[in-house]
Amino acid sequence: MIRFEHVTKTYRTNIGLDDVSVDIEKGDFVFLVGPSGAGKSTFIKLILKEIDADKGNIFVNGKDVTKMSNREIPELRRKVGTVFQDFRLLPKKTVFENVAFAMEVLHKSKRQIRKQVPQVLSLVGITDKAHKYPDELSAGEQQRVAIARAIINNPMVLIADEPTGNLDPKTADEIMDLLEQINLRGTTIVMVTHAKDIVDRMKKRVIAIDKGRIVRDREGIYNIREEAGADE
Amino acid sequence: MNSLMYNIKQGFTQIFRNRGMSLASIFSIVAMLFILGIFFSIMVNLNLFTEVVKQDYDQVEVYLEDQVTDEQCRNIIENIKSHEGVESVSYRSKEEALQIMKERWGKSGYLLNSLGENPLPASLLISVKSIDQASAVSEYAGTLEGVEDIQYYRDTVEKLTSVTDFLQIGALVVMAFLIVVSVVVVSNTIKLTVFARAREIRIMKYVGATNWFIRGPFMAEGIIIGSLAAVVATGLMTLLYGRVSASIGSQVLAIASCPLISTGYMAVNMLIIFLALGVSIGAWGSIISMRKFLDV
Repeated sequence: MIRFEHVTKTYRTNIGLDDVSVDIEKGDFVFLVGPSGAGKSTFIKLILKEIDADKGNIFVNGKDVTKMSNREIPELRRKVGTVFQDFRLLPKKTVFENVAFAMEVLHKSKRQIRKQVPQVLSLVGITDKAHKYPDELSAGEQQRVAIARAIINNPMVLIADEPTGNLDPKTADEIMDLLEQINLRGTTIVMVTHAKDIVDRMKKRVIAIDKGRIVRDREGIYNIREEAGADE
Repeated sequence: MNSLMYNIKQGFTQIFRNRGMSLASIFSIVAMLFILGIFFSIMVNLNLFTEVVKQDYDQVEVYLEDQVTDEQCRNIIENIKSHEGVESVSYRSKEEALQIMKERWGKSGYLLNSLGENPLPASLLISVKSIDQASAVSEYAGTLEGVEDIQYYRDTVEKLTSVTDFLQIGALVVMAFLIVVSVVVVSNTIKLTVFARAREIRIMKYVGATNWFIRGPFMAEGIIIGSLAAVVATGLMTLLYGRVSASIGSQVLAIASCPLISTGYMAVNMLIIFLALGVSIGAWGSIISMRKFLDV
């Protein structure tokens, strides 16, 4: 689903990624961990073609992102849903409109929108909040809206950049349950996180990045260094 | 069709939300188009004037001595006709010349009735194929017997053409400058809406909106601003042009013997030109203002 082949990205002063190769299969649930500035954001931005790699190839759903023209970016992003720590909802639109917005952008018909949005809202469990505005919702509910928006167009991959960063532990667990549920429907999930307890509990594949390199890639728990038990 | 309506609706909404700035940029474009319109009307009338003058003076007038006989006259005509570059030669008798002068004087024509003897000479009007040959023809005609005087307006016409050419180039430069200024004005207005919606644009990019989808409403905004300005400017220009041509029309123009282009004709053409300009200024301005924001 996502494959990095010897990908290097350097910024003016520091290294983003340094010769990274990794393979994420369809249906995987992957945690991307590592200290700040390790290259996690670079990793995600490269997948979305927000930035371009200096070297190497990146395949998303079989297509080489590094060889894509800018015209093909919208097509790519429709296949890759995104969720962010700060939700990124439109404050002047209702929950329904925020989710419908992602369909309008793809020129979907009103009829389709009226049919599909309630389905997704019910999937993420906020049907009763459809006509509220984002500032009337709790943080957890806002993140559910963001997730609904990210999956409404059935992306193959869902990228979640610290989706629980602004949430209390209980709400974070609920969001994790939701993501797992979405993963069970076949959507590949790549989640960037600092939340050690969540990673440890989920027992999924963990890719640890430090100073632009992958330092660990195995199923299990959150520890960046190779020595057992040596936490961050 | 659906998305066209969506864009237009969004465009109007944005203009309304940002009505202060929208109004300001409509006014600046109106001002710009207005100045442009003034230049334009002067230019087309000047053009018409030179064309008329060129046509009128595209001939050599040869005055004949009074004692020239019909025989001699026919000879002169034959000789001139055989000269290179001459298209036609027509004869104007003393009586005809007087008649023409009477007509030209109009109401005061009766003054000429008191003349005891017709002082005007008979003449030959030579049309040349091109104005460049007029000089050779007139030189040749001067050597013929029975020719009293020759008049042609090559120098005048040439001077006039060079002046109007110069004015036209100057006007084009000023117009180009004004157009660039308007594009900047519009793009700054739209930049405000773009700023206000930067977050929305970013999210649109993340959910896979194409650049044209995002640009649509802003393009519509620019085009609406441009078109409104075009309509207002056309109205103002038509008023001004009508006033000016009415006030100089009858008196000055009879003497210059040159017509002005009619107000109705000007209004229609100005509307077309202004709309084309307004629409492209608006579209162009919005594209410029968005460039940076679409690069996510």
